[in-house]
Amino acid sequence: MFIPIRAAAARPLTRRWLIAAAGLAFGAGLAGPAQAQDTIKVGILHSLSGTMAISETTLKDVMLMLIEEQNKKGGLLGKKLEAVVVDPASNWPLFAEKARELITKDKVSVVFGCWTSVSRKSVLPVFKELNSILFYPVQYEGEESERNVFYTGAAPNQQAIPAVDYLMSKDGGEAKRWVLAGTDYVYPRTTNKILEAYLKQKGVAQTDIMINYTPFGHSDWQTIVSDIKKFGSAGKKTAVVSTINGDANVPFYKELGNQGVKATDIPVVAFSVGEEELAGLDTKPLLGHLAAWNYFQSIKSPVNDTFIKTWQTFTKNPKRVSNDPMEAHVIGFAMWVKAVEKAGTINPDKVIDALPGTEAPNLTGGMSKMLPNHHITKPVFIGEVRGDGQFDVVWKTPGLVPGDAWSDYLDGSKDLEADWVTLKCGNYNKVTQKCGGS
Amino acid sequence: MRAFCERLLALVVALSVLCVAASAARADAYDDALAHFLADSFDETIEGINAVVASGHPLAEKVIEALQAGRLLFSAEQKRVFFKDEGDRLVDAASGAPSPAAAPADLAPVRLNNRLRRIIEAALGGLTLMSPNPAKRLEAAQAVFKSKDANALPALDQAIAKETVARIKRALTEAHAAVILYLDSASQADKIDAVAVMRDRGDQDALAVLRGLPADTPPTVKQLAADAVAAIERTLALWETVQNAWYGISLGSVLLLAAIGLAITFGVMGVINMAHGEMVMLGAYTTFVVQEVIRTRYPGLFDYSLFIATPLAFLIAGFVGVLIERGIIQFLYGRPLETLLATWGLSLILQQVVRTAFGPTNKDVGNPSWMSGSFDLGHITVTYNRLWIVLFTLLVFALLLALLRYTRLGLEMRAVTQNRAMAASMGIRTGWIDAMTFGLGSGIAGIAGVALSQIDNVSPNLGQGYIIDSFMVVVFGGVGNLWGTLVGAFTLGIANKFLEPFAGAVLGKIAILVMIILFIQKRPRGLFALKGRAVEA
Repeated sequence: MFIPIRAAAARPLTRRWLIAAAGLAFGAGLAGPAQAQDTIKVGILHSLSGTMAISETTLKDVMLMLIEEQNKKGGLLGKKLEAVVVDPASNWPLFAEKARELITKDKVSVVFGCWTSVSRKSVLPVFKELNSILFYPVQYEGEESERNVFYTGAAPNQQAIPAVDYLMSKDGGEAKRWVLAGTDYVYPRTTNKILEAYLKQKGVAQTDIMINYTPFGHSDWQTIVSDIKKFGSAGKKTAVVSTINGDANVPFYKELGNQGVKATDIPVVAFSVGEEELAGLDTKPLLGHLAAWNYFQSIKSPVNDTFIKTWQTFTKNPKRVSNDPMEAHVIGFAMWVKAVEKAGTINPDKVIDALPGTEAPNLTGGMSKMLPNHHITKPVFIGEVRGDGQFDVVWKTPGLVPGDAWSDYLDGSKDLEADWVTLKCGNYNKVTQKCGGS
Repeated sequence: MRAFCERLLALVVALSVLCVAASAARADAYDDALAHFLADSFDETIEGINAVVASGHPLAEKVIEALQAGRLLFSAEQKRVFFKDEGDRLVDAASGAPSPAAAPADLAPVRLNNRLRRIIEAALGGLTLMSPNPAKRLEAAQAVFKSKDANALPALDQAIAKETVARIKRALTEAHAAVILYLDSASQADKIDAVAVMRDRGDQDALAVLRGLPADTPPTVKQLAADAVAAIERTLALWETVQNAWYGISLGSVLLLAAIGLAITFGVMGVINMAHGEMVMLGAYTTFVVQEVIRTRYPGLFDYSLFIATPLAFLIAGFVGVLIERGIIQFLYGRPLETLLATWGLSLILQQVVRTAFGPTNKDVGNPSWMSGSFDLGHITVTYNRLWIVLFTLLVFALLLALLRYTRLGLEMRAVTQNRAMAASMGIRTGWIDAMTFGLGSGIAGIAGVALSQIDNVSPNLGQGYIIDSFMVVVFGGVGNLWGTLVGAFTLGIANKFLEPFAGAVLGKIAILVMIILFIQKRPRGLFALKGRAVEA
């Protein structure tokens, strides 16, 4: 076998070529694996097209900005961060495929992504199987606490319940009749179950609650808005709690404006409508309608002002808005960086163990803390829509509210608690003292 | 005589001293009231509003109006309250004179929330009941109707006595009745009269008033109110049927607009065009581009943007349609499955082209001013955008019918639909007619896109939402027949809207689809099938 090579090496020119080729191969061999460890890859799993693109595209942009800012500070563990962006196109099974692609093919150390709960439920098995980390930045329905997921968005006790409390209060209008309108998937259905139980506990009769679901992208709101007006004319103050998601909100608010439903008569509080969704609407007919979030762009604080300036410079658009899920990514990313530095490695198990207890600044002031149940502490704000598409804060919680994964108002979940630090369980039953497992 | 003059003088002096004292007291009360606005607290602002109204100061109305419009400002440092008048000048609220000095650095608007807005509406109602402006008087009457503020009763009585415009007088009487029904001290006879007034008004607001009567209302009044509620509910139930029919017509017109182009291409050529939705999408994007150009270069033309966009959308979508026909479809005649696949692939390509050119997110297409808002017809609400779309659809349909009936092109199209071979033998260029038909169908889809951009989100996926509905309408109504499409579209729209209040949006749609499947089992050709020997060919 070596005879032809030796014969070739005997000839001077061929020998030189052989040595050069061998040297190159050796060098490439050395450089190859070293190159693969040069950057830490961060996956970004947000819909850039389809019905949810209106909400999710800006989250991809803020992640790119955070990665750029971190690289300017020297990266992480001495390496540069590299963003890997994929587009699951508002297609829920595609979310799972793209998550698998990010983890196995692109070898990302962490994924920041998802918006709708159905997209999150689709990717859960992938993250469990491949043992990676997902930071989920959006308010959701609770009833979940997974080892591989960190929930930087609001649980129902950090958004939905305070919003209903506000509407029941004097300032909110002392609502006695409730319309719960949502898009037809797991988040609105579960949140409405929790809210129905909560309202009944507060003494609201079944006949004073109207629940309604529409498909994603629904555009013909005439009947539903007319039904809301009819329901609201029973002589009792009526309020609407909206869990409508995506671009269906645009024709919904347009129809509210066209049919003359004013916020002073029937206020609508939305959980998935922020500055980004209002950006394409004429908000003058919507004056006074409400949203419940843990962050508003209009809140004045030094940290928030710096962030908004950096953001508008990064996007080269002085009118670009910021919103709550963006802040959740800012907090989540800061916590992940701190945990990786504390653990000294990007190994998912070590980072997962290092995350509970980390603190990161809220953009509105104060520090947010990662809890053992993988939720964080957040302030709650109720804001009213202004004519310029921003929100005026009309109420806020006195301090930070810790996220509760298992709602105390539902029979199946009030006995459950999540604790990944001491109990190492996401659904530990306090009554039977047993871990439910996954 | 002299004593008389002295007494007269004393009286005059005393009166003027009283007046000055009264206005000083009023001014004091007013200044104290204004001080409440400096606290930047919602509760303090409410006290301020009530105090300003109670002070009766001539500037009270202006201050409350400025507060409602977000033009009331305060400076915590200088402890002064200002407001901006119509000319955007800063006016000192205490004196009413324009502020001579420059605006204080910490000038901030007095904040509002919904509860404050309701209190302001009620307060303004009470203040402006006798305003010289009739529109303001009507608004005031409606505001008092909502607030049922007993303090406005004397002003209401005065206003009713002086009012000359019949509509406003009726509104004032109804407001008076609403206040009486919620007033403990009102007599039973007054309350009975008030119930009769509410029953005459007979709309949702009257229902709300009658249903929410306080618990200590006398039983006779309660009984009368219950009877009135039942009567109003019966009337409103009838009107609700009319309202649902209107919603059904507006939904049907949207379906018709989207489907009519498909009826022509499917009917004339038997081609299943899965890219039809993308023609609609192209029309919507044409509207967006036209509006962008107008926004940047000729902002005054915004209200005419749709008139400019419609012919452009027709030409662009029609041109693309002709290209599709000449480039792809003409090679696939007689092979329906291949046409279906090819046009499906084409729809994906078109979506991606638009996504690459314009971006994947929704585009903001604005409504011209004449498309916003609504008006009341009897007891139903008619929104302007839907009204114009219904009228527009009927116009397009009429023009299309005229084109098919009275033009040569229409004649040749109908000939080719009925018997292609015979038409060719008569010298009609069937290839050319096919291209023109496809272009016409696509052009109409483009026009549909202009209308749909007003009520739906404009995104590359816009067409996907309408392709299924269009096929549904064409199959149900009968292929090749325009009247069939019209009847089919309106039937489906009305059926959907009558089901929706009972079953919800999701189940209603499912029910309609199931109904169509069952209908097709009985009549596979649809409602109005074309009769003819060679229709299948």
